[in-house]
Amino acid sequence: MKKLSARRRHPLAALVVLLFALAVTGGLYAAFAPADKAQADTTAQSLAIKEGKQLYTTGCASCHGTGGQGTTDGPQLVGVGAAAVDFQVGTGRMPMQQPGAQAPKKPVVYTQAEIDQLAAYIASLGPGPAVPAKEAYNPEGADIANGGELFRTNCAQCHNFTGKGGALTEGKYAPKLEGVSPKHIYEAMLTGPQAMPVFPDTTMPEQEKRDIIAYLDAVNSDDSPNPGGLDLGGFGPVSEGLFAWTFGLGAMIAVAIWVAARTAKARKS
Amino acid sequence: MSQTGSNKDVSQESLPSEQATAHDGAVTTADNPFADPGLPPHQHRVQDIDERAAKRSERTIALLFVVSMLATIGFIASYVIFPIDKIVYVFPFGHVSALNFALGLTLGVALFCIGAGAVHWARTLMSDVEVADDRHPIAAEPEVKAKVLADFRQGAAESGFGRRKLIRNTMFGAMAMVPLSGVVLLRDLGPLPEDKLRHTLWGKGKLLVNQNTNEPLRPEDIPVGSLTFAKPDGLADDDHDFQKEIAKAALMIVRIEPEDIKDKRELDWSHEGIVAYSRICTHVGCPVTLYEQSTHHVLCPCHQSTFDLSDGARVIFGPAGHPLPQLRIGVNEDGYLEALGDFAEPVGPSFWERG
Repeated sequence: MKKLSARRRHPLAALVVLLFALAVTGGLYAAFAPADKAQADTTAQSLAIKEGKQLYTTGCASCHGTGGQGTTDGPQLVGVGAAAVDFQVGTGRMPMQQPGAQAPKKPVVYTQAEIDQLAAYIASLGPGPAVPAKEAYNPEGADIANGGELFRTNCAQCHNFTGKGGALTEGKYAPKLEGVSPKHIYEAMLTGPQAMPVFPDTTMPEQEKRDIIAYLDAVNSDDSPNPGGLDLGGFGPVSEGLFAWTFGLGAMIAVAIWVAARTAKARKS
Repeated sequence: MSQTGSNKDVSQESLPSEQATAHDGAVTTADNPFADPGLPPHQHRVQDIDERAAKRSERTIALLFVVSMLATIGFIASYVIFPIDKIVYVFPFGHVSALNFALGLTLGVALFCIGAGAVHWARTLMSDVEVADDRHPIAAEPEVKAKVLADFRQGAAESGFGRRKLIRNTMFGAMAMVPLSGVVLLRDLGPLPEDKLRHTLWGKGKLLVNQNTNEPLRPEDIPVGSLTFAKPDGLADDDHDFQKEIAKAALMIVRIEPEDIKDKRELDWSHEGIVAYSRICTHVGCPVTLYEQSTHHVLCPCHQSTFDLSDGARVIFGPAGHPLPQLRIGVNEDGYLEALGDFAEPVGPSFWERG
């Protein structure tokens, strides 16, 4: 130390210290600075969040609060995740047209780019399920029979055996699942929109969700076979009975009247 | 109405002359202003007059019956020809089973043609001449009645039925006892229920197994707002008595924030807000699992009984007479959810006020 201390007044001492400090700073920067690409991503992400926040402030904040904290008119959105936004806005349920028991499906208001921005903003408020990747919900190659069993155990009580929907309490209802995209079905199971319970990956793994989607795809597509002919809405004995009593008996009465109204006599009176 | 239809080719002249407007009763007199007008004159049908028309009718009817026979043969043939899983596209109905469609169509045609043939036969060929049949008193003649009564009294006196009371009373006894043998045979309808309705497979230390994955459940698997169905550990889907046992042991598991649980016992019997309830409605035993996570209400699809899972599954609507039974649960040393006993009351319909 003495040697070093003795030279501290050397004319080049300041230069040496300066060089050393610069080297350390530069080295530290090189070691800890984020990579260029990551930096760009963060920028894009933060840009999406910024855009999303703007959309949120205009379109959503009046019910869900300025920071997603929720008001008496709408639930809190902190922690619902991007998947919930993608489902609710992507199926047109949000923004809600009017207050009511349940937000119905309707034409989508935002573009997919705007929905992604909104989702990015909501995801930034708190951790929640992300929008699933395409392989997660692709029904191809999934086990349809297992999906049917899972659907009957977990879903059919509200959505009917083939996903035709059904009524719940006080004006709420389980919507029909015909024509709902696999992504939205997956997101609904993951996030539990409105009155629907959540079926998280911990109790219903991704593969089982895929099986369920494949089952719905098999029973609800345009060329799904229907061995019994007209399914009359697929609601079971109620609509079938109604049809038989109205149209079946109605046709019989009409034929009986037609037969009796025409006289067989040669001389018509 | 004008002359149209099937009798076009029958000229007016070939019709028989009008029958006399018979029935002399149709005259009103001072003491009978509403005299019976009698039957209107009989009108002939084309087939009654024209033998060719009758032949045509006969052929039509026979054709209908033959079509019916062919349709029945078609029915049997379709049953043999079509495999059960063949699907075809039929215009307004969509993709239907070829077998079902062919069977329905042929059977429908076969039955319809029999009916149509019978109706056409009755209307065109069977006699349609109106016949009046006067009513007659149905009571028997007084002397016949007297004879029957006298015979009965004589028979009763000869049998000694009224006099020998011992015989009469023992006969009544014997006849009353005989049906008891039939009642006793009802015992063979099946084993007695004994206390089966009061117990399920749940018991102390039974793990709660996820019905989807067949894996035991951990508390951290179950977030607030989720709905999970569980069965007792050791019960496999292909077990011989699976249906019988799951019908009693079926369980639904939801998680409610502990501060939202209004019922103290429910909170005590839960694990950090995870509550386990019987899936079987206490009204008539339907599976009641229409759970609304926003309100914690469960609705029974059969008769709309509604239970509030945040308040001890209290009945808030509908015909159910009792709350759903709750299963007391906890966590074992390995961190899995386990039952801490059986249900406290019998699950399912309110049988004998549930003991």
